[in-house]
Amino acid sequence: MGDEVHGALAMKAPLLTLRAAGLRHGRRVVLDGVDLELQRGERLALVGANGAGKTSLLLLLHGLAEVTGRRELHALEPEGREPRIAMSFQRPFLLDLTVRRNVLLGLWLQRVPRAERAVRCAQALERAGLATLAGRRARELSGGQQQRLALARAWALRPDLLLLDEPTANLDPTAKREVEALIASFAHDGITVVMATHNLGQAKRLATRVAYLEAGRLVAALPVDHFFDGGGLPDAAHRFLRGELPWPT
Amino acid sequence: MSSLGASVATAFELVLGADTRLAQTVLLSLQVSGTATLVGSALGLVAGAWLATTRFAGQRVVVALLNTLLALPSVVVGLLVYLLLSRAGPLGELGLLFTPAAMVVAQSILVVPLVTALARRLVIDALAEGGDQLRSLGAGSLALALVLLVHQRFGALTVVLTAFGRAIAEVGAVMIVGGNIDGVTRVMTTTIALETSKGDLPLALALGIVLLAVVGLLNALVALAQSRSTLPREALA
Repeated sequence: MGDEVHGALAMKAPLLTLRAAGLRHGRRVVLDGVDLELQRGERLALVGANGAGKTSLLLLLHGLAEVTGRRELHALEPEGREPRIAMSFQRPFLLDLTVRRNVLLGLWLQRVPRAERAVRCAQALERAGLATLAGRRARELSGGQQQRLALARAWALRPDLLLLDEPTANLDPTAKREVEALIASFAHDGITVVMATHNLGQAKRLATRVAYLEAGRLVAALPVDHFFDGGGLPDAAHRFLRGELPWPT
Repeated sequence: MSSLGASVATAFELVLGADTRLAQTVLLSLQVSGTATLVGSALGLVAGAWLATTRFAGQRVVVALLNTLLALPSVVVGLLVYLLLSRAGPLGELGLLFTPAAMVVAQSILVVPLVTALARRLVIDALAEGGDQLRSLGAGSLALALVLLVHQRFGALTVVLTAFGRAIAEVGAVMIVGGNIDGVTRVMTTTIALETSKGDLPLALALGIVLLAVVGLLNALVALAQSRSTLPREALA
């Protein structure tokens, strides 16, 4: 019981904080003045029109983009280490190698010991339902299978924070369901998930909190029920929910 | 016309009869250019991939210089290597001048810019597609370069074969640093130049035929490599 209480407290601890964070591509401001605190174990959906800055925010959260302002990773409790972060992209880049080697590559890059790599790779492929396809060339897989492979590759790194950029874009309904189920199972394990999506139904199904971005600014970040109830939403987010998408500037 | 016809007929007899002198020359050419290609490709592939994945001050100047070196005349390379390896040169004590090793050095220098520039372009293309994703997995510049080279291995093979074609077909550098010594440093291209100047057209033509055959074989290998990179696995089984 004590452990459960301790675990619950740990799951509510802050994982990553952005303060007045921004991102520039040359002279163009892509993100500006973003304040966001991620709690361990939460599932945050990022919504907004194309060009609103969802992918840029994911890159910034990962640390792949040079941030202006402050980005702070909090040490995990009780582990006492920095959180591990993995990311899956809208169009997964899979090497022209077998499915198995694509997962092993990520583990090699993270300097996981050789003996452990094979075990974690097998577990990841099993979990993503790709164990029987381990010897196939990754680029021959269907779109849904490729997305599941990218998720398996990310999950094999044992992330504490999983960033997903439109993981079900361009997938058929069956593949979409399979990928959603996989994401839900990762979240159920306690992995913090931040997911950019255009699919509001998906945000409702998977997220505990929804953040709305417009023109590089974080306009609202509310618990999922409040967001879709519309109570307390800024006008811009209301218009987005009504389908009146603002053009990116 | 009859002289040309007779020369061609004699040339085919030399090729089909596996003439010893012809075979020796061809073998030395393959050894020298093959070794130079391996050395130049090892350096050029890694350098090109690294240039694509890293950023440093003065990089644009380096790339501009590299692109300029693509047009490097082989006789200039031969002259520079000659100056380095001649008795009065800084590496004269090695005694490499007029040996196959000197020819390997010259041809390696000749192919390095070509391989580097092509490998850089190859990796830049792959980088645009998957750079962020590999970095998100933890890849640094060098790991990124090596992984993308593996990913683009069929393209890299095409680059290597192109470099071999450049090496085996050049004449200026090996003529200067090899000295075209019969049985020691005489390769196909230098023999063709020499025999043509002497008027011995059959041997020159026979070597020309072999050289063309080698280049033709290279093209076939390049086409095979390219088809392997695009065909589904079942088609290759």
